[in-house]
Amino acid sequence: MKAALARALSAFLLAVMTMPRRTAMILATLAAPLAAPGLAQAETREAREIVVGYLTWAEDPRYDPNRLEDDYPRHPGARPRAGADLALEEASFALDANRLKVRIEAGAVDSLEDGKRILDTWSSAGVPAVVLDLPGDWVKALASHDGPAAPLLFNATATDDDLRGASCHARVFHVIPNERMLADAVVQLLGARRWGRVLVLQGPTPADETMGKAYADALRKFGLKTQASRPFKLSNDPRERQLGNVALLTSNIDYDAVIVNDADGEFARGVPFHTILPRPVLGGDGIVAQAWHPRFERFGAPQLSRRFVKANGRAMSGWDWATWMSMKAITHALIEGGEATANGLRTILRSEKTILDGFKGTRLGFRPWDQQLRQPIFLSYGSGIAGLAPFEGYLHQRDVLDTLGFDRGDSACRSIGS
Amino acid sequence: MIRTSAGSGLLRVQLAALTVLLGLALAAATAARSAPTQLAYVSSEKDNAITVIDLATLEVKGTIDTCKRPRHMQRLPGSEGRMLVVCSDSDRADVIDLKAGRSIDQIPLDEDPELLDISPDGKIIYVSNEDDSRMSMIDIATRKVVRTVGTGPEPEGVKVSPDGKIVYVASEVANMVHVIDTATGKILHNITVGNRPRRFEITPDGNELWVTNELAGSVTIIDRQANKVKDLIQFEVKGFRPTDITPVGMTMTRDGKTAWIGLGKANHVAAVDIASRKVRSLTLVGSRAWNVALTRDESRLFVVNGLSDDVTVVDTASGKAIKSIQVGRVPHTVVIDDQ
Repeated sequence: MKAALARALSAFLLAVMTMPRRTAMILATLAAPLAAPGLAQAETREAREIVVGYLTWAEDPRYDPNRLEDDYPRHPGARPRAGADLALEEASFALDANRLKVRIEAGAVDSLEDGKRILDTWSSAGVPAVVLDLPGDWVKALASHDGPAAPLLFNATATDDDLRGASCHARVFHVIPNERMLADAVVQLLGARRWGRVLVLQGPTPADETMGKAYADALRKFGLKTQASRPFKLSNDPRERQLGNVALLTSNIDYDAVIVNDADGEFARGVPFHTILPRPVLGGDGIVAQAWHPRFERFGAPQLSRRFVKANGRAMSGWDWATWMSMKAITHALIEGGEATANGLRTILRSEKTILDGFKGTRLGFRPWDQQLRQPIFLSYGSGIAGLAPFEGYLHQRDVLDTLGFDRGDSACRSIGS
Repeated sequence: MIRTSAGSGLLRVQLAALTVLLGLALAAATAARSAPTQLAYVSSEKDNAITVIDLATLEVKGTIDTCKRPRHMQRLPGSEGRMLVVCSDSDRADVIDLKAGRSIDQIPLDEDPELLDISPDGKIIYVSNEDDSRMSMIDIATRKVVRTVGTGPEPEGVKVSPDGKIVYVASEVANMVHVIDTATGKILHNITVGNRPRRFEITPDGNELWVTNELAGSVTIIDRQANKVKDLIQFEVKGFRPTDITPVGMTMTRDGKTAWIGLGKANHVAAVDIASRKVRSLTLVGSRAWNVALTRDESRLFVVNGLSDDVTVVDTASGKAIKSIQVGRVPHTVVIDDQ
């Protein structure tokens, strides 16, 4: 015990000495209380304290003030930390009854290198799990920054398919749905409504292309027909008007619905009610797939949404839900008797017997093949809910939730092993 | 009871006549109160009303207006012919006079009340206050909150023991049953049960507490003496996934032999043999079958279907559904007055 603590402290000091001043200061305030509970634990029968990390990137462009003002539906409108806090508060009664104490420790870093350093510090201090509010490339880099006691990472905001596929990692649990799950949810809605002929408007950025691939695969999987795929461009240039003008982009062809593969959202915002035919718009705007919707009325959802509004003065988003669910999964595993280590928690969370309550009316669990949380997905349109996927009629041999996203058979994840 | 010390003969005669008259009036009133209405009452969360069903014809007879978002309902012991309706959005219960078919009184229930139970002497209401994670004890006579007890988040089912000494409260989020001493308000035990515990029944012999676990698709059976989990019933319904089995409502026959349990999204009710824990029959009913109630002679089971806005009447002997009756929007609880 003492040796472990000494190792932790020396690792911490070393890390502090080699890092930029601002991060060091953040860490110093964080780490002071880290050491104390370990000492107390040996002597008394006090509830022992378990620290869960919460890692963000201070300069994350997704939270740039201008960006937040835009409030595009596929992007968070606020930092979602409040979700994690709410989940911890909800768990406090059961944690107390089980003589457990959990504290969230935030780390806001300036660079990926600092992120790795703080992970090392947490790792030496025995932190079993870290919630990540970080973009996909950060998640990927931090996952492979491995070590013997490396904490589990809970990806709460990166939707990249690749993180669940070729770049999957045994340490990472994905709570936010990935692009393919979102696309499958939208395409199931189209199928359920018999809107079977689709016009695709395709954006030019790499993120648009990733989204485009997810939708193309989803349309193929559920047997819907792509009438045409037309590239768009954000432009008012009269020489490119066939690329930037929604009326032109949606003319000379018949279709039941328009899917806009615009990962950003600026172009997509201008598509609903601008199509030449009166047709629904989905994907980048119009009807958008979300992990949570504050207007959901069943299965205890209103209670959760109300608690969130009461505490934060704003509606709960899918990203808030994902940090809430991450914390809930971690505390659930601890209450279930999981050893407060990365391995202890991982064993419980990978078990088919573990039932997680996401307030979506059905039991949730992590897929063993890529550690993505299987879950129903909301189809949101501004003020309301157009549907909840999976839709009736979409069947699966084991779990209907596996009709959304990468099923065992189509998973490209090779490094986890199920 | 009318007592008089002394007085003129005339006064005595008058008093005697008055006594006879009062006696007659009381007898008539008692008779009127105890005669059941032969009606079933179904609360609907979205209509602020109670749908009334004629037990003989199984037709809807009308509705009773009540407070906002009526959910749980229970008869008021010691006052035949009265029923309490919990209105979550009005923070109160309406007292419904079943004979008159209207709300005659109101009892404040603290904030966001969800489910209640009443002490055997009919004096105290125990109510779960969902948003504030507490259970409140309310004195019916004074309308005052006597005591509140902090619980795990989203307290739901409330059940008072037959001797009135213990109240059980389920926390949907902490996955726990709190065993609370009614005299002191102290939590004596926290018993971890399955995921999302909802409702309770105590077996007629008083030995076991049954708890439905909505997300775990199971019933946990607690030994009331030891305050420990003693058994688990995991439901399976052919043609439905384990994820569709979401039990909530439950009732038991007076002989302690059968428990009837609504299986939620599996759209069935199960008849469980209490002694062997085996499922004896499964009956297909409406969508999201949750709260259930038996008629007095236990020949019929009324099942409230939360997602299809109807009530299914099941013949308990054959296990067959005999009728579906359309009721209000988002029906919650059924109370049958045929005693």
